Amino acid sequence: MSHAIQERPVSVAPRRGPLSHARLPRWTPAAVAAFSIAAGIGIGLAAGWHSKVQWGMLAALLFVLTTYAVTTKVEGARQAKDRVATSLVWVCFVLAVVPLLSLAWVTISKGMAVLDVYFLTHSMNGVLDTEAGGGVYHALLGTIEQVGIATLIAAPIGLLTAVYLVEYGGGKLAQAVTFFVDVMTGIPSIVAGLFILATWNLMLGFGPSGFAGAMALAILMMPVVVRSTEEMLKLVPNELREASLALGIPKWRTILKVVLPTAIGGITTGVMLAVARITGETAPVLLLVFGTKLINPNPFEGAQSSLPLYVYEQYAVGTDASVARAWAAALVLIAFVMILNLVARGIARWKAPKTGR
Amino acid sequence: MAKRIDVSGLSAFYGAHKAIDDISMTVEPRSVTAFIGPSGCGKSTFLRTLNRMHEVTPGGRVEGKVMLDDENLYGSNVDPVAVRRTVGMVFQRPNPFPTMSIFDNVAAGLRLNGKYKKSALNDIVEKSLKGANLWNEVKDRLNKPGSGLSGGQQQRLCIARAIAVEPDVLLMDEPCSALDPISTLAIEDLIGELKERFTIVIVTHNMQQAARVSDRTAFFNLAAVGQPGKLIELDDTERIFSNPSVQATEDYISGRFG
Ligand SMILES: Nc1ncnc2c1ncn2[C@@H]1O[C@H](COP(=O)(O)OP(=O)(O)OP(=O)(O)O)[C@@H](O)[C@H]1O
Ligand SMILES: [Mg+2]
Repeated sequence: MSHAIQERPVSVAPRRGPLSHARLPRWTPAAVAAFSIAAGIGIGLAAGWHSKVQWGMLAALLFVLTTYAVTTKVEGARQAKDRVATSLVWVCFVLAVVPLLSLAWVTISKGMAVLDVYFLTHSMNGVLDTEAGGGVYHALLGTIEQVGIATLIAAPIGLLTAVYLVEYGGGKLAQAVTFFVDVMTGIPSIVAGLFILATWNLMLGFGPSGFAGAMALAILMMPVVVRSTEEMLKLVPNELREASLALGIPKWRTILKVVLPTAIGGITTGVMLAVARITGETAPVLLLVFGTKLINPNPFEGAQSSLPLYVYEQYAVGTDASVARAWAAALVLIAFVMILNLVARGIARWKAPKTGR
Repeated sequence: MAKRIDVSGLSAFYGAHKAIDDISMTVEPRSVTAFIGPSGCGKSTFLRTLNRMHEVTPGGRVEGKVMLDDENLYGSNVDPVAVRRTVGMVFQRPNPFPTMSIFDNVAAGLRLNGKYKKSALNDIVEKSLKGANLWNEVKDRLNKPGSGLSGGQQQRLCIARAIAVEPDVLLMDEPCSALDPISTLAIEDLIGELKERFTIVIVTHNMQQAARVSDRTAFFNLAAVGQPGKLIELDDTERIFSNPSVQATEDYISGRFG
């Protein structure tokens, strides 16, 4: 910072120009945080508060206030505001991460109890719900099939709808489509389930099946795919479309070979979010897929199970063994979504525009 | 094969706004025509009407005729895609395809049109890159992404991409505004070579460049902000720069422009 000054033997202390001012040492935020947490715990203990949430709130409040006080004293008012904003961001970050970590922690610690290879490879066939034993294989298989079919239905339709809206739309039809997509976003999952129940099962007379559930899930998934894909396509610069058109490349090839590849990373992420959303749906599955203890690999005929439904059923039984199974299945569910997500990110990164030199 | 462009009574609109008004001119084959004029006078707009790119802009509309040899580009049976294959374009800002490698960028026009021989592709790419004076800089990293090049290199990549499809006419919208003097000279030399085979139209703000590269020069102007741009005069470059027939042209060229 001040090499030039320090090299001069005459100078005793670095002279302070109009552009510099007293700075707090770098470790200040950490020290203030440690102090606030300690004070939060101390006051909490002393006052006899039971809820740890109150301790945390107090610590967060102290952190912001102390930061402000210390900085105003040493660095001045503008720097104080800057630091307060920074510390607020940190507090919000912690607030957001705490529930996430505790959720992961609880699920993992409770779920690991019965989670093993046996659990993953066996169904509940011949096991009483109240007893220990059995597994989640039938539910995992059901979830994979139902979500897979729902994605196969919803992703292409959603993608094409978004392409229409962004690349071709503009008239009355596009407005109407946008309106209905917005309405669809707000459909509660139970309503989607009831709709399929009323048409597919009651009117057309089909029995419960994984496919019926998948159709309801597709209804829930479609608007999410349309929305996210639309946003991603809008981010593709117009210059790229023009560059391609100016080479005499037809519009549909431009979309296919230039626009979609440029946006593929974001589109994949959007589809994955939609998949994650429907993977956890219980209500339509309960109505349409019905649930079973047996392995039914055929999604088009007969009741199936699914992970969220399994968790719901096992938790409702309420014995130690069934609750442990519920947690383990919840862990499997989270892991399933997580793995899908990582795979999608991998694909997105592999396909995304490369900027390396 | 170079072609003559014959424009008559051409006006272009953005929605209700008329950007250029009633332009008529002839662009000779195997020559370079430069467009000069103040910012916003409609040079880019006019250029884009010559390969039907103007109508790609939402609200873009054209009135009048553009004859390419003896075919009206705005005739009712004309396919804009076919027009753009014949009349290539280089844009003001470099816009390589970010998902494609350098090689793929140059090959894009041929590949995506589906009209190429695999064996010839390597040669065409090399020839085009050499033509755009970029070959030596990128020959070792043809598989690296095109967006990893510098701005000037990207622009030369775009020129290579445009000439790879061998158009009859090449439209260039300030192709050198992002280039250093050496690359600029290279592009100007390139333009000199290309005019043996193509009809070239170039928009430039650089008077010396217009004087150096062009055979004929067109001066555009607009009466006031918000008014449509008009063609003031088109003449041999020498005449425009030595003895123009309109006072406004002389004022603009000599920098006395209000
Ligand atoms: N996409 C657009 N929508 C609406 N108006 C536009 C659009 N593009 C250009 N215009 C208007 O058309 C007129 C001509 O613009 P144009 O880009 O052709 O000017 P130019 O001569 O190329 O200027 P420059 O030398 O700065 O590139 C301007 O008044 C501009 O505001
Ligand atoms: Mg322009």
